[in-house]
Amino acid sequence: MHTQYKKKSKLKSTWVRFKKNRLALFGLCMLIALILVAIFANFIVSYDTAITQVMADRLQTPNAQHIFGTDQLGRDMFARIIYGARTSLFVGLLTIIIALTFGSIIGAVAGYYGGKIDNVIMRFVDVLMAIPSMLLAISVVAALGTGLVNIVIAMSVSQIPRFARIVRSSILSIKGQEFIEAAKACGSSDARIIFKHIIPNAIGPIIVQATLAMGTMILTVSSLSFVGLGIEPPSPEWGSMLAEGKDKMRYFPHLVTIPGLAIITAVLSLNLMGDGLRDALDPRLKN
Amino acid sequence: MLKFIGKRLLMLIPVLLGISFIIFAIMSFTPGDPVRMKLGDAASEEEVMAMREEMGLNDNFLVQYVRYVGNALHGDFGKSYRNNIDVFGEILARFPNTLKLAFWGIVISITIGIPVGVISAVKQYSIIDHVSTIAALLMTSLPSFWLGLMMMLLFANTLGWLPATGADSWKNFIMPSIAVAATSLATLIRMTRSTMLEVIRQDYIRTARAKGASEKTVIFKHALRNALLPVVTVIGINFGTLLGGAMIAETVFAIPGLGSLMIASVRAKDTPMVMASVLFVAIAVGLTNLVVDILYAYIDPRIKSQYVGVKR
Amino acid sequence: MADKLLEIKDLSVEYHTDDGTVYAVNGLDLTVEKGQVLGLVGETGAGKTTMALSILRLLPERIGKITKGDIYLDGIDIVHCSEADMKLIRGNKASMIFQDPMTSLNPILTVGDQIAEVLELHNRDQSKEEIQKRVDEMLSLVGISPERKNDYPHQFSGGMKQRVVIAIALACTPELLLADEPTTALDVTIQDQVLHMMRELKEKLDSAMILITHDLGVVANNCDSVAIMYAGEIIEYGRVEDIFESENRHPYTVGLFNSIPDLTQKTKRLKPIEGLMPDPSNLPSGCTFHDRCPHCMEQCKTMKPLAVTSGTHMVRCHLFEKSGKDTVV
Repeated sequence: MHTQYKKKSKLKSTWVRFKKNRLALFGLCMLIALILVAIFANFIVSYDTAITQVMADRLQTPNAQHIFGTDQLGRDMFARIIYGARTSLFVGLLTIIIALTFGSIIGAVAGYYGGKIDNVIMRFVDVLMAIPSMLLAISVVAALGTGLVNIVIAMSVSQIPRFARIVRSSILSIKGQEFIEAAKACGSSDARIIFKHIIPNAIGPIIVQATLAMGTMILTVSSLSFVGLGIEPPSPEWGSMLAEGKDKMRYFPHLVTIPGLAIITAVLSLNLMGDGLRDALDPRLKN
Repeated sequence: MLKFIGKRLLMLIPVLLGISFIIFAIMSFTPGDPVRMKLGDAASEEEVMAMREEMGLNDNFLVQYVRYVGNALHGDFGKSYRNNIDVFGEILARFPNTLKLAFWGIVISITIGIPVGVISAVKQYSIIDHVSTIAALLMTSLPSFWLGLMMMLLFANTLGWLPATGADSWKNFIMPSIAVAATSLATLIRMTRSTMLEVIRQDYIRTARAKGASEKTVIFKHALRNALLPVVTVIGINFGTLLGGAMIAETVFAIPGLGSLMIASVRAKDTPMVMASVLFVAIAVGLTNLVVDILYAYIDPRIKSQYVGVKR
Repeated sequence: MADKLLEIKDLSVEYHTDDGTVYAVNGLDLTVEKGQVLGLVGETGAGKTTMALSILRLLPERIGKITKGDIYLDGIDIVHCSEADMKLIRGNKASMIFQDPMTSLNPILTVGDQIAEVLELHNRDQSKEEIQKRVDEMLSLVGISPERKNDYPHQFSGGMKQRVVIAIALACTPELLLADEPTTALDVTIQDQVLHMMRELKEKLDSAMILITHDLGVVANNCDSVAIMYAGEIIEYGRVEDIFESENRHPYTVGLFNSIPDLTQKTKRLKPIEGLMPDPSNLPSGCTFHDRCPHCMEQCKTMKPLAVTSGTHMVRCHLFEKSGKDTVV
């Protein structure tokens, strides 16, 4: 009697494990819902509604016409939250993509070539990492000014070290393993080794970190906007909505509670996803 | 041991120089003419040129940088563009408030976070575990300034128990410290839980049980002390983020600290103030990390034995 | 007749994991007498470690469970006694040496402290000085200078670490020592030293020992009796002579001996046993060895063989059942 061992692809087995995690699935659903809202914002409510000030309607608590109420300048909160989703997700995604790209290249070069190149690059990365990300972002904003582009630059620079390190350590851990020597002994070329062995191993941790980092970025951009160093009004951004609303929050708490809950929803969904992915990819025995 | 401390202090210097260089380089991109800002639009071209020469703005970048560092080592960080006050003095006056917040934030997160993490791990899958895991998850997802606002709404505006703004008494620091502690608390709960879970699976825990040790001894003497090692490192790494959170909390609660100063300076394009503020924060983070590293080397015998002579 | 120190009757142990139930031990019977050295032989996955852990009730919580059977240690009902009672037994009446010395010691406590710990737990009336004296004694006994008692585990080599583990296990002069492949993780030369030392200590302290190993050579040099374990049960038992020389041995045992390379003969290929050890979550019916056995008969596929005893020698195999208890084909 021989036991048959079916070889599932790693992707499939990861998905199966992910599915079992109800919290992670919930996060995924929330995230998909948010993404859809962000993409199809125009179909839900017009951009005008988000920025048009109707002083007569101002400071309404949630009611039938304005589901989330209106702010101190009469703008519909619901519309602002919807378009704020677009801003937050867009900024978060863009930042991570940029950081990932540059970080991966830097980390790959450092890890692959090793030696002096590795040393120099990693010293630089370490110094960058020693600066708290909020501080670095504030400095860049101080230099370049506010606005979407500068914010993205500021935040991606602060995240580059993180991805550089992951990629570099993935490469180093594989470089040392014997099966690479075996592959080379069989005649595999460098490119083949990179694509067949290094990348599949590195992708998992990168995606997990990217997801979690995106959540952090949404928090960062809203923090920066809150203190006036981020996305400027009248652009609807959750953080700046909080800044604008805080003076009147005593009697109109919805101005502050609702944008906050929006931020929490977005970041929570990313965190749940990221955690779920991490557990699904590396199932250390939970028993 | 002293050799170790000395070595690490020396390593800190190039890092600080590197940071200051990067920040200086970034700040040199700042648009706007500081001379114009000082003298106003009414000043003539000659006055502007003269001022430029005086402020040394015509020299090249590296020279300016070196001069800056030289001055800094003497405690001269320049004068504020906004109101011409001494930058160094202003920062010294304000920094303690920020540090107070950060300190209490750490204390709160450690005293609550570590025990909760341990209990979660020891009683895995129990109600406490589930509740604390979800609570920690929520805490990593909420903006600390929003938490601050919510607390203000509840405890200051509605209940009137605590003052909303200012820094007059210790009561002013309660809510902001909690807001600052939130993220760190969540991280500590999760980290402690996961390191404890990992440690409990180790062979040497089984050895301890095989000796007939009580469960309490196994958890505290054997598991916890090993599990705390990586947690200590994490506390150090998180300090920078914590400090960032403290700076934001200052703006929420109108506490006169380095954070609110820095942010106001950025908006006013007061370069010397921004530059110095950033440097001070970087120094604080660097020193804290150094202290954490030393502490770690002291409590982990594997590292300690490399630096302390073996007694025979 | 020597006294029975350990009696295991019909022991079954299961592991309940997310991927299903693992039947690690199935109806195991074993006896160890006072002062006896029993070699427990089997391949990886046979359930040897599980059995040893069950004797000390150290199975992983929630996952490992003793589902059936009894264990009596010097008359004490191990399976049903309280946890408080077990704590008095562990490290004291019975102790265990684990397989991997590199991970068995707590990295942040000195070796002296770790030996002192087991002494303090079971000798509460002794003073600190007396305990430290005993720590020094144990260290010398295992060949480590007592001056090193304030060193940390990472400052010792693998072989030295294992000696410390042995010192901890023997510090309270246990009546039963469970040694789970104590030398497998060590170099061959160190293996010899450590086993030699264990033999001497055993003589000195008159402990009984269950020596778990997959190495028949180790068994030959160190053991009085041998038990062969396969898929969670004891399929053969006897004195060393019975197992090494008898003509009526279990086909698995025969296979084990045949697979040892012989330096005196010229051969081209090794003779392993065909097939693989069965998956403990999916055991075959009847005799668990039937699908690998060169003498497999029809009844082997469906009926579990009974234990057939001849003097000191027991075999579980249908081959020997034919004419009743004392006559063996």
